[in-house]
Amino acid sequence: MKKTFGRAVLSLAASIVMSVTAMAADFKPVVLYDIGGKFDKSFNEAARVGADAFKAETGIAYREFEPRSETQYEQALKRFARRHADLIVAVGVGYAVAVRNVAKEFPNVKFTVVDAIVDLPNVQSITFKENEGSFLVGMIAAMKTKTNSIGFIGGMDIPLIRRFERGYKQGADYVRKDLTFTENYVGTTPSAWNDPIKAAELAKSQYARGVDIIFSAAGPSGLGVIQAAKDAGKFAIGVDSNQNYVAPGTVLTSMMKRVDLAVHRALAQAKDGTWKPGHTVMDLKDGGVDYALDKYNASLITPEMKAKLDEARAKIISGELVVGDVAGSNTGR
Amino acid sequence: MAAARKLPFWADNILLPALNLLAAFVVSGIVIWALGDNPFQALSLLVQGAFGYQEAIGYTLYYATNFIFTGLAVSIAYHAGLFNIGGEGQAMVGGVGLTLGVFAFGPHAPLLGVFAGIVGAALFGAIWAFIPAWLQARRGAHIVITTIMFNFIASALLAYLLVGPLHRPGGQMPESADFPAGTALIHIHDLLGMMGISYDNNPMNISFLIALLCAWGMGFLLWRTRFGYELRVVGKSAGAARFAGVSVSRMTIIAMMISGALAGLMGLNELLGEQHRLLANFTLGYGFVGIAVAFMGRNKPLGIILAAILFGALYQGGTEVAFDIPNFSRDAVVMVQGLVILFAGAMEHLFRDPISLLFWRFAERKAA
Repeated sequence: MKKTFGRAVLSLAASIVMSVTAMAADFKPVVLYDIGGKFDKSFNEAARVGADAFKAETGIAYREFEPRSETQYEQALKRFARRHADLIVAVGVGYAVAVRNVAKEFPNVKFTVVDAIVDLPNVQSITFKENEGSFLVGMIAAMKTKTNSIGFIGGMDIPLIRRFERGYKQGADYVRKDLTFTENYVGTTPSAWNDPIKAAELAKSQYARGVDIIFSAAGPSGLGVIQAAKDAGKFAIGVDSNQNYVAPGTVLTSMMKRVDLAVHRALAQAKDGTWKPGHTVMDLKDGGVDYALDKYNASLITPEMKAKLDEARAKIISGELVVGDVAGSNTGR
Repeated sequence: MAAARKLPFWADNILLPALNLLAAFVVSGIVIWALGDNPFQALSLLVQGAFGYQEAIGYTLYYATNFIFTGLAVSIAYHAGLFNIGGEGQAMVGGVGLTLGVFAFGPHAPLLGVFAGIVGAALFGAIWAFIPAWLQARRGAHIVITTIMFNFIASALLAYLLVGPLHRPGGQMPESADFPAGTALIHIHDLLGMMGISYDNNPMNISFLIALLCAWGMGFLLWRTRFGYELRVVGKSAGAARFAGVSVSRMTIIAMMISGALAGLMGLNELLGEQHRLLANFTLGYGFVGIAVAFMGRNKPLGIILAAILFGALYQGGTEVAFDIPNFSRDAVVMVQGLVILFAGAMEHLFRDPISLLFWRFAERKAA
């Protein structure tokens, strides 16, 4: 009798332990990419890298979806919300309205939206101070240019991307005032993110006008800029992910926007219960943005340049140097 | 020629489509297997995801609604001998008309806003089709070329409006502000709820019923009225129609305008039914797929409805597979859809000829 009782207690305990571990394993996160897709070598890929890191650490698989058009944002969100997702990470500024609508409808589901601000009790918004990272790559461009002419190619013309441009110009101005700027935008709709051919044409025309370094904040379209730079023997600056490896010797550096950290952090927080709604800004100070320096571009960035960059970075972090922002972009400060 | 012989109704409308579908699924299965996934799992997920539960059926019919509208649009123009490839553009401009109607009347009287939106969608779609139709009727500019080009103009116009005058205040994306409160088409599950039947939430709304009504209306118009007869005569032989006293150019314009209006109504389902705002790219290629739907449906209303449901199921089921099998990307979904179109539409004779030969032989033997 005693034995059976003991066995029952044991099996009960075992089942409790098992159900607890099952609960931990039952954490069901979802990652929704933007239209560029998870292999865009840029913005969305950074999100995928973050989610994969989480998966590697915890063994928790995540579900994911790449929408084909902006009408699918809301459908995808709703579908996963209905299927009892614990956390839905929506990556991209386009998700703003869709997340707002769906989060209202499903108050029990947690949402994390990157690049947009949604003020609801079950939504965590993460934005970046892209202007600070762009400031540093602007400095690099100003120090590296031989033609005294640098360029910028934006993807979709929205305040968010204007912020990259603003920081880039300020960084260049900080180094020297005598530079010529040329800027172009690929388009005004989300398809502008996915148009490397047009981006390459714009880059070619900029290079033909004497520009020798182009910073492209255009997601997958930026790959066209890098290709054009390679063909013309000029420099390009990558964006979002570290794109230095895409064309070593051509990609001067990359303005890294650590979407991977943001996604990873949101997933990890939701798993261990420290996830909180509200708005977080990731900046230079907490490593949310930075320029990329690795073996592919080490020869392009001289120690003097690096010293200057370190100095400026310290000033920005301490608040001594304030990088201006663009009205209407969404830092929310 | 054996293919010319008529097949019994059931063989023509059930056996052949089933064989074509089967062939498409077999080829898709082979490709999925080559990609390293289990084809049976993928295909069963596809079917399950399209019809397996209440919400899935709702989604399938929701997508099917778009295809019914655009399929009918292609079909009515085709009966008049016109190949309308501009469904996409007409739907976009219809969406603009819908949005303007909703914003003009919606803030004061939501119900009036909904009606104004419906009228606006049809009207703007019709106007957008009128221009190529007029160019064809009076200037001889080929409708295929002009309607294709008008798609690009429509898409540029939509982008301009959504970045400029109709832009959502404070927003970053090309989308309009939300439609005024209350201006939305009622969901079917809400309607069923009112009747005491509980049904899972899904985006299917009464525009599905409107689409069915349009299908019936088109059937009635084409086969039960004098106008419809004239229209079909124009399609079969413009010379004969002219000889019989039918104004071909007038028919061309009217048929195209009805076609444009039907394409424009697609916005009811997407915008007024689900998104509640105007979006760039909301048409998502439905206008083009409408061509496939119309031809798979043999240009008959019932056929179009069935073909639309098939395409709706492929969209819904395909998305569901993409959700559940990580390796099965959105491109693989497009591939399966493309194979179905290929076998059911383009390679229809692959099975039709042998089967009609079989029937022919069988009939001969019986006679002998």
